[in-house]
Amino acid sequence: MAPTSNPDQRDLFRGALEMMILQSLRRQPMHGYALVQHIKQRSDELLQVEEGSLYPALQRMLKDNLVKAQWETSASNRRVRTYRITPAGIKHLEREVSSFEQMLKGIHLVLAPAES
Amino acid sequence: MNWLRQLFTRRQIYNDLSEEIRQHLAEKVEALIAEGMSCQDAEYAAKREFGNIARIEESGHQPWMWPRAESILADIRFAFRKLRHSPGFALTAILTLAFGIGANVVVFSVLNGILLRPIDVPQPGNLFQIAHGENGGDSQSYPDYRDLRDRNQSFTGLLAYKVLSVGITLEKSVSQTWGIAASGNYFDVLGLQPALGRFFHASDEHGLGSAPYIVLSYDFWRRQFAGNPGVIGSTVLLSQHPFTILGIAREDFHGTDYFFSPDYWIPVVNAEQVTGWDDFCCRDHGGFILLGRLKPGVAPQLSTENLNTIARQMAKENLKDEGLTLSVRRPGPAGDTHDPMRNALFGITLLAVLVLLAACANLAGIFAARAADRSSELAIRLAIGSSRWMVARQLLAEAVLLSLIGGIVGTFLARLLLGALAHWRAGDFPTRFLIAPDARVYLVAIALSILSGILFAILPARQVWSIDVIQAIKSGYVFAGSFRRFAVRDVLLILQIVVCTLLVTASLVSVRGMMRLLHVPLGMEPRGVTFAEVDLKTAGVPDAQSRLVQRRLLDAAATLPGVTSAATSDNLPFMNGCCWSVYPGTTTQFVPSRVAFSSNVYLVSPGYLQLAGTRLVSGRNFTADDKPGSPAVAIVNETFARQLSGTTTRAIGGHYAMWDKARYEIVGVVEDGKYNSLGEDPQPAMFLAYAQGIGEFIVSSQIYVLVRSHLPQDQITRSLHHVLSQIVTTAPIPVLAWNDAIDRSMMLTRAAATVLGVMGLMAALLAVTGLFGMASYSVSKRMKEQGIRIALGAQRFQVMRSTLSRPILILLGGSCIGLLGGVLAAGVLAHLISFASTRDPLVLAGVVLTMMLLGLVATWVPARRALHIDPAGLLRDS
Repeated sequence: MAPTSNPDQRDLFRGALEMMILQSLRRQPMHGYALVQHIKQRSDELLQVEEGSLYPALQRMLKDNLVKAQWETSASNRRVRTYRITPAGIKHLEREVSSFEQMLKGIHLVLAPAES
Repeated sequence: MNWLRQLFTRRQIYNDLSEEIRQHLAEKVEALIAEGMSCQDAEYAAKREFGNIARIEESGHQPWMWPRAESILADIRFAFRKLRHSPGFALTAILTLAFGIGANVVVFSVLNGILLRPIDVPQPGNLFQIAHGENGGDSQSYPDYRDLRDRNQSFTGLLAYKVLSVGITLEKSVSQTWGIAASGNYFDVLGLQPALGRFFHASDEHGLGSAPYIVLSYDFWRRQFAGNPGVIGSTVLLSQHPFTILGIAREDFHGTDYFFSPDYWIPVVNAEQVTGWDDFCCRDHGGFILLGRLKPGVAPQLSTENLNTIARQMAKENLKDEGLTLSVRRPGPAGDTHDPMRNALFGITLLAVLVLLAACANLAGIFAARAADRSSELAIRLAIGSSRWMVARQLLAEAVLLSLIGGIVGTFLARLLLGALAHWRAGDFPTRFLIAPDARVYLVAIALSILSGILFAILPARQVWSIDVIQAIKSGYVFAGSFRRFAVRDVLLILQIVVCTLLVTASLVSVRGMMRLLHVPLGMEPRGVTFAEVDLKTAGVPDAQSRLVQRRLLDAAATLPGVTSAATSDNLPFMNGCCWSVYPGTTTQFVPSRVAFSSNVYLVSPGYLQLAGTRLVSGRNFTADDKPGSPAVAIVNETFARQLSGTTTRAIGGHYAMWDKARYEIVGVVEDGKYNSLGEDPQPAMFLAYAQGIGEFIVSSQIYVLVRSHLPQDQITRSLHHVLSQIVTTAPIPVLAWNDAIDRSMMLTRAAATVLGVMGLMAALLAVTGLFGMASYSVSKRMKEQGIRIALGAQRFQVMRSTLSRPILILLGGSCIGLLGGVLAAGVLAHLISFASTRDPLVLAGVVLTMMLLGLVATWVPARRALHIDPAGLLRDS
């Protein structure tokens, strides 16, 4: 997730961060900091997420109405902005995941040693 | 509307993001402290792991922005700031553009109202007019109309109408009104519905005088009946004949003419009652306008062919239709390529566009100079990474902003002027100029504004493209190419001078034309003559008594104290004219091919020619003996005599005829005069004895009673009106000085001269500022160089020559081209002004003098500056 000036070329590959965020939010609504921690833990710290890069992605998804945000008070009595996935977000996630899997499968097939 | 909401909630969104990031960092710091870090270390670590906050916030904003739109907005904001810092420049530019665009909006509105806007009826697209062949007139006779209506295969409906002016009696008082006599199908062919009551239809007509109905215009109804709906079914008197009010036309219907807005409509079968004029008898009684709806899919061309086939049949059946050719064209001036108004309008439009072009050229020069002065600022912007396009776009934004403000101000001024014009009325004639700007005009105004903005920004934008950043940042840099032998700015200035010379030529020509008009021999002496207009038909005087009433009116006027002489005539030069076809005396067949020429006709009392001051060249004047029963005699003017017999000397005793029973012997020849306009070519005119009438017809219904008196104007006006209104009580009697009537006929010429004068003045002002700008810029930019030259011993005069030679050369070159163009454009000018001649030495001298004066004014100040360069001070400063 190297910072670039070009918003189109945003992370590992187009949409990967969004997928991870949406998947995380699908399990349960959470705020930005929690999201970062969650992704770090789930990826066994393999993915080095520059914490801030999450926020532009969240803004994009807010704009596209894939997630909703609301100011709440957390369990630790902190004012946090909690994100929830919307029905449109769920649909988007499913579409993205399936197309990602297709791609992964294709790459796998190409990379696999020839069977003969 | 989502995006609109977004625009207003955006600040909140940004605040949320910032707050969210702050909270994130706080939470992170807390977590790190909990892991055992020191407070300061934790803060550093949190920020490190988070990344560049400013950049992240920025890219978080991006989804909510429109980068292009917002950078343009920023450009505009910057342009505003820039202009606020140089209010003098901004004001000059805005005013220049306001006048340039305003002039164009006015001219285009008029053009739009008269030539482009369709008539206000449903489906105006298939409404066409039947006119005479190639360049013939519009008017047709009613019998011809009936044949065309019944025989043609290309129109779904064909209507005819003519304008009438009669007296209407409302609550015992009579006023002169203008209406329309229309064929019964008029409203049905136009496809109109009444606002109130009903219209008349073809089914209402059952022969002559069978349909005494009247439909009022909305305005007339409001004006005369205070919009009372109860008037439907009541009667009004037209020329003392009762007409039943059938209905009221809608507010937006003003007839199908462009200038004339009728007060009412009556069926043509009842027109004779009120005008005394038989429309149905003769195929040479023209006066009707024919409009029709073309069948779907029929082209005007095809329809023209169809009509001409019918016209050939009609010519075989009726001698009077011999040589009749017809053409189908768009109604009004728009369809008539020979209409002088149309050509004049196009001419004036061209001039207005030229003025705007000159204004743009002028501003381009000033703007380029400004950009040159800002070269180091622009260069710095380029140096720190702005693209050339962005810098040019900034200049463009400034220019378009200026021109839009100018356009708005100009359109506002134009609206004021147009509003005044639209309410202008010529006497009692119900004119209506539908020239209020509509959507099309506003669109043109906006397009003109933006276009002129772009036009005058092109030059500085070009400079940005060729800017050399390294050189420009150094002080004292001058744009490359600014002082080449031949720069774009010079071309613009030349163009401006050319336009200016053209317009100055045009306005001088028009002024000269006006001067000559005022001194043109009138063939009469109108000063001191006052006349009253009495309409006997309106007054309800039966034809048989008209001679008697005329006699009484004349006697009453002649015995007024202070009156030296009195006379009557049925028509008056400059008031209205009646043209009759003249045939040679030997003619037996009165068909169009035998017509010698057509002539103005005046039926006068014996003393008329003396009173009018028209000089008798040979022969005798009318006497009391020229009465019914004695030989019919005529006095003609020299042009008439020349056209009839080839000479003025042998004309006396000659004969001519107007139809079988109207044959005349010429007993006198008078000098030529002007009859309809001051600028007209010599026209034939005949004077007949009122007592003898024309053939079997007695006279027309109008009588002008003229008196010559030395009394003050208002006194004679009052006493003449008083004495005549005791004789004729049932008609309005307007009284006017003859000179005023002639003045009124010059209105169009005067308007044209004013328009040209104003445009000439504007162009001259623009040229002065353009030249001044160029000269002073060239002086100030070369100040240092000139200082050195003076220090090295150059004469003041040499310095001045080297700085001012360019503007002067441009002025000379531009003037020469403009003058040449003006001479070549004399044809266009001739449409606008009578006596337009650009070859007039006085005009040529005037143009040269004006341009020289302009040059002097424009270069005076810069020249003084060049003369007073102080080399020592200058060299010390730098």
